[in-house]
Amino acid sequence: MTRLAATEPVIPDFGGGGECVERNRTFCWDWFSDHWGDIFGPALLDHVVLTAIAVSIGFVIALAAALVAHRRGWFETPFTIVAGILYTIPSLALFQLLVPITGLTVTTAEIALVSYTLLILFRNILTGLRGVPEEVREAARGMGLTERQTLWRVELPIALPAVIAGLRVAVVTVISLATVAALIIDQGLGAPIFNAINSPFNTAFIAAGGLAVALALTADGLLVLVQRLASPWAALDRG
Amino acid sequence: MRDFADAFTFMADNAQLLLDKTGEHLLLSGAAIVVSLVLAIPLGAWLGHLHRGSFAAINISNVGRALPSLAVIAIGIGLLGLGFLNVMVALVVLAVPPILTNAYVAVDQVDRDAVEAARGMGMTALEVFRRVELPLAVPLMFAGIRTAVVYVIASATLAAIAGGGGLGEIIVNQASFGIAGVLAAAIWVGVLAIVADVGFGALQRAMTPRGLRREKSGPVVGGAAIESATQPS
Repeated sequence: MTRLAATEPVIPDFGGGGECVERNRTFCWDWFSDHWGDIFGPALLDHVVLTAIAVSIGFVIALAAALVAHRRGWFETPFTIVAGILYTIPSLALFQLLVPITGLTVTTAEIALVSYTLLILFRNILTGLRGVPEEVREAARGMGLTERQTLWRVELPIALPAVIAGLRVAVVTVISLATVAALIIDQGLGAPIFNAINSPFNTAFIAAGGLAVALALTADGLLVLVQRLASPWAALDRG
Repeated sequence: MRDFADAFTFMADNAQLLLDKTGEHLLLSGAAIVVSLVLAIPLGAWLGHLHRGSFAAINISNVGRALPSLAVIAIGIGLLGLGFLNVMVALVVLAVPPILTNAYVAVDQVDRDAVEAARGMGMTALEVFRRVELPLAVPLMFAGIRTAVVYVIASATLAAIAGGGGLGEIIVNQASFGIAGVLAAAIWVGVLAIVADVGFGALQRAMTPRGLRREKSGPVVGGAAIESATQPS
């Protein structure tokens, strides 16, 4: 082990991988596959869980707010302003701002992630609900549906494409920001990136970054499929 | 809550440091935006003028929107190494899609009747493009630029991780600056992003030709427009 001259950057022991890792080549496939089981697989899974929780909570809050705004129009502006400010704050800053309040916990990460979903989901759900033609509502009323039945059986199904469009943006947003969350919690695909920073290790950057990109594009693609399945009539418009 | 009070003390005591870092931050963001504008505006506007390539122009932004910013920066470091230039390249990758797509849509959706009328007045294709299509496209085109600017300023915080400098350097370096410094820089960056958003919103209204102002200013809020909005970072 005489390879390390004092002037060369010190490549830490990332756990084997041989010559490729020692020389810090662009991408060491062996090292990546050796550490799929203990680093990348679990990180990917954590990432999916973090995202799923944030989007679910965000969706419930945004849906409730959109339903209120749908009935009482004045509610739209204040909610949009608050959600808009949250949306504009850079995530790195928001995570850090929450740390003094909720600590270095998953809760902190989730609060920040949820806050980024609100604006998109709220606006899209509301746009979808408002896009329901008045005649359709009247027809529903004429058939004797109550307000609640109209909402669940008529308005929300018609609003579904806009709602799913919002979900698409929310999901890829949270996948993106959850990588940054690794700054405060050692979880998700951002963790290998932050861990590799101090002694730049190319394989970790490219593997974690590539997995995050792949996850985002896959989730986006899946939601496009869901959108098509959930609104078969839209295919007619598309031609 | 005491931490937050300390943060403001830190701001007062270290105004020079914050200003220097803000300068770096804006230099990096500005450079990335300028490069993106040079690449994306002519291409998007010209494709829009020809009404060609809609599939590519629109899908670039769909894919671009889905790209996680930290992941793009990480891949950038992996391929190119640390440093200002490499981070800038990553930021350009993030900024081009919204600018390109909006430039395309902005020119593409210009009222065909206005274009016909201009042609009827004897304008050449280039004149139609320069004097009719571009002015009418400004509001929507500017909406894309505004989105990209806010996005890049926010993403530039992540640049610190890759040695790009800027305010992120304070945020990720609690060891040197303490929790007060981290919070101060975080508040500062948040304010910077909001100011940029509001400022560009005002600029967008100012740039809109007078005749268009009453009808609709600002980005069109419809299903498609929301779908193509960029994520925070």
